[in-house]
Amino acid sequence: MEDLQRLETEIISAIVACDDLGGLEELRVAEVGKKGRVSLLMRKLGKMSPDEKKEFGPKLNGLKNRIIDGITAQKTNLEQQELNRRLLSEKIDITLPTPPENMGSIHPITQVMDEVAEIFTEIGFSIAEGPEIEEDFYNFTALNIPAEHPARQMHDTFYFPEDAEGNRKLLRTHTSPVQIRTMMSGPPPYRIIAPGRTYRCDSDATHTPMFHQVEALVIDKDIHMGHLKWCIEEFCRKFFELDDVKIRFRPSYFPFTEPSAEVDIGCAFKDGEILIGEGDDWLEIMGCGMVNPRVLENVNLDPDEYQGFAFGMGLDRIAMLKWGIPDLRDFFAADLRWLKHYGFAALDIPSLSTQGGGNELRERGGSSSPKGDRPPMNKKGNK
Amino acid sequence: MKFTLSWLKEHLDTEAPINEISEKLTAIGLEVEEITNPADDLAPFVIAEVLEAGPHPDADKLQVLKVNTGTEVIQVVCGAPNARAGLKGAFAPSGATIPTNGMKLRPTKIRGVESNGMMCSERELGLGDDHDGIIDLPADAPVGVKFADYKDMDDPVIEIAITPNHQDALGIYGIARDLAAAGLGTLKQRDMSPVKGTFENPQKVVLANPEACPVFAGRYIRGIKNGPSPEWLQKKLRALGMKPISALVDITNYLTYDMARPLHVFDADKLQGDIVVRLSKTGESLTALDDQDYSLEDGVCVITDDSGVIGLGGVMGGASTGCQPGTVNVFLEAAWFDPITIAMAGRKLGIDSDARYRFERGVDPDTMMPGIEYATQLILDMCGGEASDVTVSGTAPVISKTVPLRPGRVGHLGGVEVAESDIIGILSRLGFQVAKSGNKLDVVTPSWRCDIDGEADLVEEVLRIYGYDQIRSEPLPASSREINTGLNAMQRRVRTAKRTAAGRGLREAVTWSFLPSAQAALFADLKPELVLSNPISSDLDAMRPNLLPNLITAAGRNMDRGFRNIALFECGNQFASDTPEGQSLVLAGIRRGQTGAKHWAKGPQDVDAYTAKADAEAILSAIGAKIDNAQVVAEAPDWYHPGRSGVIRLGPKNILAWFGEIHPAIGKALDVKGPLVGFEILLENIPFSKSGKGNSRGPLRTSDFQAVERDFAFVVDRNLAAAELIKAVRTTDKKLISEVTLFDVYVGPGIGENQKSLALNVKLQPTDKTLTEEEIEQFSSKVITNVEKRCGGVLR
Repeated sequence: MEDLQRLETEIISAIVACDDLGGLEELRVAEVGKKGRVSLLMRKLGKMSPDEKKEFGPKLNGLKNRIIDGITAQKTNLEQQELNRRLLSEKIDITLPTPPENMGSIHPITQVMDEVAEIFTEIGFSIAEGPEIEEDFYNFTALNIPAEHPARQMHDTFYFPEDAEGNRKLLRTHTSPVQIRTMMSGPPPYRIIAPGRTYRCDSDATHTPMFHQVEALVIDKDIHMGHLKWCIEEFCRKFFELDDVKIRFRPSYFPFTEPSAEVDIGCAFKDGEILIGEGDDWLEIMGCGMVNPRVLENVNLDPDEYQGFAFGMGLDRIAMLKWGIPDLRDFFAADLRWLKHYGFAALDIPSLSTQGGGNELRERGGSSSPKGDRPPMNKKGNK
Repeated sequence: MKFTLSWLKEHLDTEAPINEISEKLTAIGLEVEEITNPADDLAPFVIAEVLEAGPHPDADKLQVLKVNTGTEVIQVVCGAPNARAGLKGAFAPSGATIPTNGMKLRPTKIRGVESNGMMCSERELGLGDDHDGIIDLPADAPVGVKFADYKDMDDPVIEIAITPNHQDALGIYGIARDLAAAGLGTLKQRDMSPVKGTFENPQKVVLANPEACPVFAGRYIRGIKNGPSPEWLQKKLRALGMKPISALVDITNYLTYDMARPLHVFDADKLQGDIVVRLSKTGESLTALDDQDYSLEDGVCVITDDSGVIGLGGVMGGASTGCQPGTVNVFLEAAWFDPITIAMAGRKLGIDSDARYRFERGVDPDTMMPGIEYATQLILDMCGGEASDVTVSGTAPVISKTVPLRPGRVGHLGGVEVAESDIIGILSRLGFQVAKSGNKLDVVTPSWRCDIDGEADLVEEVLRIYGYDQIRSEPLPASSREINTGLNAMQRRVRTAKRTAAGRGLREAVTWSFLPSAQAALFADLKPELVLSNPISSDLDAMRPNLLPNLITAAGRNMDRGFRNIALFECGNQFASDTPEGQSLVLAGIRRGQTGAKHWAKGPQDVDAYTAKADAEAILSAIGAKIDNAQVVAEAPDWYHPGRSGVIRLGPKNILAWFGEIHPAIGKALDVKGPLVGFEILLENIPFSKSGKGNSRGPLRTSDFQAVERDFAFVVDRNLAAAELIKAVRTTDKKLISEVTLFDVYVGPGIGENQKSLALNVKLQPTDKTLTEEEIEQFSSKVITNVEKRCGGVLR
């Protein structure tokens, strides 16, 4: 018995002293392997008397188990030590820069169109489109702008050469022809927005020969100016991400609406910047009105049965206002520096399910001012 | 349209302050653009007296003045020849800004002598052209008093925007009438009673084209003296930025602004024979009062006499019969011209005159007689002389008409209930005559509102005076019938395509829809119906037949800025004809340089035709094109490199996209250094999944049996399309093969000169049992046989 006790002490000491996995395995084979010392002792059990068996059997088994447990524990221990050594040798410089992501971007015009579409589709509008090369009828005549009306001079129109019949096509000066085409394509009610490219023969610091508009048209039985006002307020509130927005309707004139109004939004002019939602100044942002009965007659609708409103605004302009973009001409220059500065990430898809309506809001930490998130870019840097 | 507050108050009795008037003007549709007050600019300027004037020690032309400003006596160095002791003038102290040149005065030394402030000339204060000397005021001018107060200049100038329907607001009287209707005061009436003629009008007028000029009132005034107009009139005109010329001219300008009534005065002694008002004939010409020569075409309404054309009716008078300081006898004209005739003539001739501006919007024909009478009164007052009878040729057009108004329409259209009595009150104050007729109102429009067309116009009149701010906003009601809402399939496709392109590293650009015709011609035969008649410049004269050229030139501009790697895309319409069908929606992209910047771990790759192909394929799959069913064939349009480009199509005809390297000749023609690669996705050509199939994707079918992969390398002819080899492999056992991947292309030693080696990985996925080694071997030999048979390929 004392021999067994001594044996155990000896083996356990050897296990604990062993400092490599190979040595540990050798120890295992030498003690508890098939021909190991402990295994050989256990073979002797077969030749013992039942009484001796009863005494030595459990002792030997206990010894074997404790040795195996000891070896396993030491193995885990040594493996851990080896892993730690390896990990220490595997250190990298985590400050090295990662490979560049080839970031693309979405143009502010697309972004603003998607935002506008999001706002209006949520209140039941669909999106209508139409040709950019238009006929006089759709662009002017049907909209109650007769040939020599002074209002036609407000539109500096691009024309194409006359055809054999003396008709000349033109580039649409507004997206209103889409309203006419919509009303001629099927019966009311209509609830559409029409975004798209528009053209006027005009080029200076604030005008480009091509720009973008979005118009809305709602025609039904009892639509009135109160509904128009609500729609525009809803739009301004969501687009400019303001809880409370000051809006002013001012009588104006458009041949295709009667009564007509221009819409001003409350703002402040500070240091050459326009801050929407602050101050006591006004900025004109769109034209609107009740569709002129003449226009309804021109598309064979009975103005005593159907009525409604239309409004229109410059998409480039509201993009400039929202994101603080100073120069309209830069929109169309395809300057990579500008596209990078004012562009949007591919997955930055406008969504009304975020509070306040836009992603910028969260980035700015909940500030309700739409300004300051995109300061004017500095053109000096090259890349 | 500009006017001063004092002039407005000649017509409107009101105590309202300027800001209230301004707000009301805007609220009723006469939008205030700017209010300026000359007194504000001149606030620091005071009347000062020169006490002493002595020579400057160091300059012959300068004097050193001692000036009493009323609060102190200071030293001023002055270069004006008329500066002298005892002179009283306008003094600008240090700190003041000279309004006409923006110069801010500071204490200074002029040639070594201290000078504080400045004695000003008329021109420096914007009061006139005189700059020969400093202002020399009468001896009784009070020293120390503000110059603007002394000159009575505290009079705000209001500028309003005029919409095309408000011809009535082109006269200050009309503006006053609108304000009075809106409750801001009482309209005053001016005495414009007829001046009795003392002799018969000798000048005969013939109206040959009454459709252009239906009525013409004329009066002869003899024995006048055309000097400068009185100060009150000159001051009025100057306040609006007009230059006083002579009494006769100033009177016509006065009436134009005061009552929107243009008039003309001929020097009667220069008229030859009868006046005939008619339409011009091509070849006629005129030197107008602006000293410009105008050659006329047919159709301009002209005033003529025996000498030919002497005036452009309703637009501008002629130089030959204009009034001069020596004019003694005059013929005064008040007429009415057809707005469209005037608009066309004005536009053709490029003349923007106050007369044209009013006549093309419609002048009130009922101001013809009061206008000629009031002008006569003023001429006789200012120039003396004797007036004849007034002769009226023709008949004035009738502008007034009766428009029915159902009072309920105000609320139904406007969304605000206005009591019938208020409706009647507002319209009456605006000059409409209102009579009740059953349950509607018969409204007779006034002669100054030719724009009123129907009931909706009357609703606007009521609402703008009642106040747009009274309209309560109200949520849109449910549609009376169910309608489509949201984006349609094509709009969703565009959104996905754009954002996929951006996700692949391309930056979205928006470029002009037009381009130089020479560039358009590189991509399609130039169609005359797609070339603008009036382009903004010859660089922007043709509608784009393709999206690539603008992207390529944009790439060039960015290269000039130092960019080497360029990746741009645009989504928009291109034009094959001028019909709606000729317009098609395309997403095109262009790349140049490398896929990224240099990096320590992963070097960037040069972009090539395969980069463009990958762009096209990625966008096509994102928008749901069945790209596995599509063919890729080396057939692309001429603007691509013939050996490095292709088409992705469904069947032989339906082209989904083109891609490849841009033809070097295109790069050269557009002056952009290549190589450039590009792609075009013809968004409208991709079939939509059949409707009615719903959104179900069906169950996922997976196999429990082990998949097996085998690699093959085949030596094939160098010209064999890889797609052929892949197809040959795939068709060996369509059911068993789940994937074929080409992973190596080798050309070089070890294989024939006209050969290449293509290596493929084939994945087999059994669905009913695990494949045995024997079955795999059988499959491999079938692949080898098939490739040999169909592509002439040999296992390497």
